Amino acid sequence: MAIDMRQFHDTFFEESLEGLAHMETELMHLEKVFASNPDDDSVASNPEIMNTIFRAAHSIKGGSSTFGFGDVAEFSHVLESRLDALRDGRCRPDRHVVNLILKAVDCLRGLIVAARHGKPADMSAVQLVRSQLEALQEDELASSRTRDLPAPSAGSTAAYARWRIYFRPQPQFFHTGNDPLRILRELDGLGVLKVQTDLSGLPAWEEVDAETCYLAWTMELSGEVTRDAILEVFDWVIEDCKLDIEPLPVASDKPQPLVAPDAVHSVDNHSGSIRVSTPKVDALINTVGELVITQSMLSQLADNFTLECLPKLFIGISQLERNTRELQDSVMRIRMLPLSFTFNRFPRLVRDISHKLGKNVDLRISGEQTELDKTIIERISDVLMHLVRNCLDHGIESPAERAAAGKPERGIIELKAYQKSGNVVIEISDDGRGIQRERVFAKAVERGLMSADAKYTSKEIHDLIFLPGFSTAETVSDVSGRGVGMDVVRSNIAELGGGVELDSEEGRGTCFTVRLPLTLAILEGLSVQAGDHVYILPLVSIIESIRLTDDQISRPAGGNEIFALRQEYLPLVRLHDLFHLKSRPTSLGQGIIVVIEADGKKAGLYVDDLLGQQQVVIKSLETHYHRVEGISAATILGDGTVAMILDASGLVRMAHVPSAVAADAAGSPDSNALMIAGAPANPTGHELRN
Amino acid sequence: MATILTVDDTASMRQMISFTLNSAGHEVLQASDGNEALKVLQGKKVDLVICDVNMPNMDGITLVKSLRELVEYKFTPILMLTTESQESKRQQGKSVGATGWIVKPFNPEQLLTIVKKVLK
Repeated sequence: MAIDMRQFHDTFFEESLEGLAHMETELMHLEKVFASNPDDDSVASNPEIMNTIFRAAHSIKGGSSTFGFGDVAEFSHVLESRLDALRDGRCRPDRHVVNLILKAVDCLRGLIVAARHGKPADMSAVQLVRSQLEALQEDELASSRTRDLPAPSAGSTAAYARWRIYFRPQPQFFHTGNDPLRILRELDGLGVLKVQTDLSGLPAWEEVDAETCYLAWTMELSGEVTRDAILEVFDWVIEDCKLDIEPLPVASDKPQPLVAPDAVHSVDNHSGSIRVSTPKVDALINTVGELVITQSMLSQLADNFTLECLPKLFIGISQLERNTRELQDSVMRIRMLPLSFTFNRFPRLVRDISHKLGKNVDLRISGEQTELDKTIIERISDVLMHLVRNCLDHGIESPAERAAAGKPERGIIELKAYQKSGNVVIEISDDGRGIQRERVFAKAVERGLMSADAKYTSKEIHDLIFLPGFSTAETVSDVSGRGVGMDVVRSNIAELGGGVELDSEEGRGTCFTVRLPLTLAILEGLSVQAGDHVYILPLVSIIESIRLTDDQISRPAGGNEIFALRQEYLPLVRLHDLFHLKSRPTSLGQGIIVVIEADGKKAGLYVDDLLGQQQVVIKSLETHYHRVEGISAATILGDGTVAMILDASGLVRMAHVPSAVAADAAGSPDSNALMIAGAPANPTGHELRN
Repeated sequence: MATILTVDDTASMRQMISFTLNSAGHEVLQASDGNEALKVLQGKKVDLVICDVNMPNMDGITLVKSLRELVEYKFTPILMLTTESQESKRQQGKSVGATGWIVKPFNPEQLLTIVKKVLK
C-alpha cells in the first residue's frame, strides 16, 4: 500500500519544535538546580527534568527517521547519546555542557526548519557542534555505538530447502499476549509446514491450568527459507521458549532477496497550519448546535406568524444575537494562541545575553496563558525580543554598579501579560538604572527638539526615545541607553493596531507597556459621517474631538491648513477634500474635528458628524479592489453598505508631508515641536480615549 | 476488522499509525500517554494495543504492566514501539508482559505486516 507520508510532516515539525522549546526550558532549569547545589546529584534527584529532555530528543529521533529526515535523525541520535550520559550521571550538567547541548538544540531546530522549508541546512555549524558533542562523549560512547549486533551465525542468510524446528514455549508464554498458534501460522506462510505436537508436558486433566502452556511442537518446514526469516518469526519470544533450528539436507544457494521499500522523501512547502485544542472545537460545535436550534425556532415562528408571536420573535432574535456573538467568539478563539509561544523563547535569550554581558538577571514571566491572535503573536515576537534585549543591555546594570547603588546584584526583568478592556497588555519591565532624564533632555535641546527653559513632563521626555533617529548608538546607548530603533518598535506595534508606552524612574527601572488588539480580523472603531458616506476610524488612534470655527484655522504660505490645540499646531485634513466628496459643509462650525495620532504624530480630521462606536469586521481592500491612500481596509455595515476604514497613520503622514516641507523652508522649528509635544488635560473637546 | 489502540505522545506518530491502520480497515483509538490509554480502554475491548515506551505521566512499561493486571487485557497483544538502541527497554517490556515490539523507524507497510501477525 502506498501511503503518502508527507501528510504527517507538518505535525511532526510542529511538535518537534515544541519539544525543542521544552528541552530548552528544562535544560536551563537543570542548570539552575545544578548551579545552586553542585555537590548534589542534581540529575538523580530530579529525574523528571531529565526525562522530559530525553523524551523530546527521543521523539524527534523516532519521528525524523520514520518520516525520512536523515540529517535530523542522525544528529538527534548523537544528542540522545549525550543526554543518556547525562542521565546516567556519567557527565554533569555544568554550564559548559548545558551550553553545548543548548547549541545542539539550536542546530536541531535549524535542521528541522530547513527540512520544513525544503532548504539545505547550515551543515558546517551542525558538523561543528556534532564533533564537539562527540568529543565530550569520549570513551563512554564507544560501547553504545558499536552495538552488540548478533554475530551472523552460520547459515543465517543461506536459504535451505528444508528445516527442522523444535519449539517449546515456556509455561507462562500466554501471559505476554503471545500465541503459539500465531507463530505456527506465520511459519506456515514461509513454506510448507508439517507439524507434530508434543503432548508430553501435559499434566493430568484435573491439574490443567488454562493459562499455562504445556505443549511443544516439532515442525518440518520446506521451501526456500533463510534461518534469519525463521528467527524473525520468533523474534519477540526467543527468550520465552526453547528453540532449535537445523537445516535438513538438500541445499539450495539462492538467498531470498530482501525488499526494503525506501520512504520517498520529498518536501513540499509548509502550509500555514494551526493546532487547535479540542475544547475550542467543542465550544464551536456547541455554539453551532445552539444556532441551529434558534434557527429552527425562528423558522417555525415564521411559518404561522401572527401578531401574538411578536414577543417570541424578539426573544428569538435576541437569542440569535447571543449565538452569533458566541460563534464569533469561538471562531476567533481558534486563531488565538497563548503568549507562551513567544514568552518561552525569553528564558534562553535572557540567559545567553546576560552571560555574555556578565550580568546576573532573573527573568520572571507571568500571564503567559493570555491568548492573542496567531498573526499578532508571530509579528510581536521580534518587538518583544527587542525590548527585552534593551532591558538587558541598557536597563540592568553590572553587578558591581548595582551593589554600589545598594541594589541586589541580581537584576530582575519581568514579562507580564494580561487582558484589559478588550486589549491584551504586555509589560516588559526591569529594575535597572532607568532613563536618565537630564541626559535625554540635554540631547533633545542640543538637537533643537525642546527648548532649554521650558518645562516638560517626564512622559514628554520619555517619549523622545521613540523618535526616529533620536536614540542612535553614540548619543544614548553609552549614556542612558534606551534603545536603538525604538521608532521601529513603535511603528511595528502601531501596524498591528496597538500602542506602546513607557514609564521610567531614574535608578529604579523602566517599564514598557505594549497594548495590542485581540485580533486583526475585528476592529474597534468610531463611525463618522462625511458627505453621504460613513467612514470608520480605528478607536486606538483617536485622541479627542473638538469643534472649531473658520477663524481658528490658519494657512501658512504654501502649506496645509493648521489649527492651534493648546500649545501645538496641528495640520487639518478635510475628509471632503481628500476623497472629493460632493456635499460639503459651508462653514467649519457645522462639522467636527477628530484629533488622531499615529506614529507619534497628530493631525485633525474634519468630518460632518460622529455616529458612534462599533466593532467592524475588516475586509481587505487590496484583495477586492486596490490600495487607496488614506484607507486601510473596508467593512460592511449593518444595513449592508460598504464603509471604508481610514488609515490613521497614512492620513497623518499625508497631513504632515507638505507642511513639514513648508515649515523647513521657513526655517521654523515648529515642525519638530509638532511631533513631540504632549497633550495635557483637555478643556474643550470630549475625551474618547482614556 | 480489528479495533486497535495506539498510544504515543507524539501526534505525528499517532496520526501516521492510525491513518495506516484505518486505511487497512481497522478501527483505531488514540491516547497520548499511559494514563489516557487506561481511560480510553475503560469499558472497551480492543484487539491490539500499540504503545510507545517513552511517554510523560505514564510510560509504556507501566502501561503494559497495568493492562496485564486487568482481566480483559490479560492476553491481548501489546506491541511496544522501540528504537534499535533500546534493547533493555524491550526486555523490560517483555518482563512485564508485552507481546512484542515494533522497531522504529518503520514504514506503513511494515506496520501492517506486523499487525497482521498478531491479529487472529
